[in-house]
Amino acid sequence: MIGQENMKIVSHQEIAANIFELVLEGELTKKMTSPGQFVHLKVTSGNDPLLRRPISICSINQEMNQFTMLYRVSGNGTKVLSERAPGAVVHVLGPLGNGFPDDYLKEGEQALLIGGGIGVPPLYELSKRLVHKGVHVTHILGFQTESDMFYKNEFEKLGETHIATADGTHGVKGFVTDVAEQLSIQPDAYFTCGPSPMLKAVESKYETINGFISMEQRMGCGIGACLACVCHVAGDESGLKYKKVCSDGPVFKSGEVVI
Amino acid sequence: MSRLQVELPGLTLKNPVMPASGCFGFGKEYSQFYDLSLLGAIMVKATTREVRFGNPTPRVAETSSGMLNAIGLQNPGLDHVLQHELKWLEQYDVPVIANVAGSTIEDYEQVAEAISKAPNVHALEINISCPNVKEGGIAFGTHPDTARELTEKVKRVSSVPVYIKLSPNVSSITEMAYAVEEGGADGLSMINTLLGMRLDSRTGKPVIANKTGGLSGPAIKPVALRMVYEVSQKTTLPIIAMGGVSDEMDVIDFISAGASAVAVGTANFVDPLVCPEIIKNLNNILEEWEIEHIHDLRGRSWKDIGEAAYHRS
Repeated sequence: MIGQENMKIVSHQEIAANIFELVLEGELTKKMTSPGQFVHLKVTSGNDPLLRRPISICSINQEMNQFTMLYRVSGNGTKVLSERAPGAVVHVLGPLGNGFPDDYLKEGEQALLIGGGIGVPPLYELSKRLVHKGVHVTHILGFQTESDMFYKNEFEKLGETHIATADGTHGVKGFVTDVAEQLSIQPDAYFTCGPSPMLKAVESKYETINGFISMEQRMGCGIGACLACVCHVAGDESGLKYKKVCSDGPVFKSGEVVI
Repeated sequence: MSRLQVELPGLTLKNPVMPASGCFGFGKEYSQFYDLSLLGAIMVKATTREVRFGNPTPRVAETSSGMLNAIGLQNPGLDHVLQHELKWLEQYDVPVIANVAGSTIEDYEQVAEAISKAPNVHALEINISCPNVKEGGIAFGTHPDTARELTEKVKRVSSVPVYIKLSPNVSSITEMAYAVEEGGADGLSMINTLLGMRLDSRTGKPVIANKTGGLSGPAIKPVALRMVYEVSQKTTLPIIAMGGVSDEMDVIDFISAGASAVAVGTANFVDPLVCPEIIKNLNNILEEWEIEHIHDLRGRSWKDIGEAAYHRS
C-alpha cells in the first residue's frame, strides 16, 4: 500500500564524492517491507524542482522508524536535496514498485549480489535480509574510481566483498564482470542493480542461473500512470508488449524484459 | 445547485476539475489514492485504432518549473480500451471524456464512432495536437482547413459532443478555434503541450530519445492563460482549459480568463491527490469570497465586471 508523508531528515551527509546518505524518520517506514523498492521524493515545496525524484531504499530500521537512502547528486533536483539539513522535512510517496524477493533462496544457498555505482544501495537491505536467513552472500561492487566508493565496510560485515574500479584505484581494475570471471563460486541466484550495460553483461554471463535485475529509468508519476519508464518484454516479436519500470519493476526476473 | 456544478455540451460536471489526458492513464493507478467519483470528469489517455508502443526512452525530462514528455501516444488500442479500461471505469459515477488520436482521418473517424458509443463516454476530445508523433496528431492541428475537415468528419460519426484539443504551436490559435467551430465542434480543450527540448549540457545531446518533447507544468500557465483569454472572447464554444494547473487559484484564473472547466495534468505526478485537494479548496475559497457559482467568475478578466454576476452560462 502506497502512503505519503512529510518525513523528517534525521541525518544527511556526503559519504563519497557526490554520494549522500540520507536518513528519514516517520510512520511510512512501517510500510517498507521489501528490499529494492523505492520512494518518490519531493525535495522542496514549490515548482522548481517540480517533479519528484525516485530514490531506492538502502536500509530499513523498523525499531527506529527510520530508513536510509543513498543518492548521487547528478542534477538540479538532487543538488537541492543535498542542501536540505537535518530537522527539515521532505515529502515522501512510497514505498513504490516491487523489490527483490528475499525468500527465493533457502538457508545455506549461495547468493551473488552485483551492484554498480548508485545501483549498489538497494542491495544492502537485501544482503542483510539474506544473511539473516542464513543465505551465503558474495558481493561484487563496481565504481568508477576509489573516491566514488561507499559502504565497502558495511558490505564486508555481511559477506565476502569484491571491489572493481574502472580506473584500478581500488580492487580489481575493470568492471564487475571482470571480478565475476575470477570467482570460483557457483551462485544459486544473482541479484543485481546498476547501469544498463552492466546489467546486460551480468545477465549474459549468468545465463544459466536465475537472477533478479533492478532497472533504472527516468520516471514521471512513479505509480504506473504516465508511461514514461516503460521497457520492452523479452522475446516479444511484436515489439508492442511492455512493462513499467516503476510499478511492474523496478526488479524483474532475468530474461523477463529487454535491458 | 452546488456552486461548483457545471453544465457543458454532453457533460454535467459535479465540479469543473478533471485530470488531463495522458496524465492519468485510465484512472486505475489513481484509484489507489481516492474515489474517482469525486472528479468532475476524467479525460482518459489518448486512444488509437491499433495498439501503440510509443517512443523510445528516456521519454521525460524536468525543466524549470515544468517537464518535457514524448510518450508517443502509447496505448492498448481501441478494442482493449473499450473492453477493459472504459468497462472498468463504469464502476465510478464520473463522466469520461475519451481522447481520440490517429494517423489518418479514417483512424479518427473509426475510433470516434466506436468509442462514443461506450455508455460512460459523454464527450470526445479530439487530439489534433500531440507534438510527439510523426504522423497525425499535430499535423491536423496546425492547418485550419485540415482541422475543419477532421472536425466535420468526426462530428458526423460521433454519438456524443466533440471537443477539439488545440495546439499552442501555431501562429494564431484563434484561427484554429474559428476553423473547428465552423467544422461543428461542440467545445474546445486547450492547450496541448508546447514543443520544446532539453540538452545534456555535458554531451550537447538531447535528453529525450525523441529529441523534442511537449512542455507542460506551471512554466506554461501564462501562455495557456493568454490563449484562453483570447479565444474565449472570439468564440461561443465552451472551453476546457489546461496548462500548468496545480491549485485552486490556477482554476480560478482559467475560469476568469474565460474557461468553463479546467483540467489538471502534470500536477498529478507531483501529488497524486491534487485533484480532490483542488476541488475541496475551490469550494472553500468560493464560499469565503461569497461567490454563488463558479461561473460568476467566468470571463471576468475581459467582461464588464458589473455584469459578470448576472451572466451565468
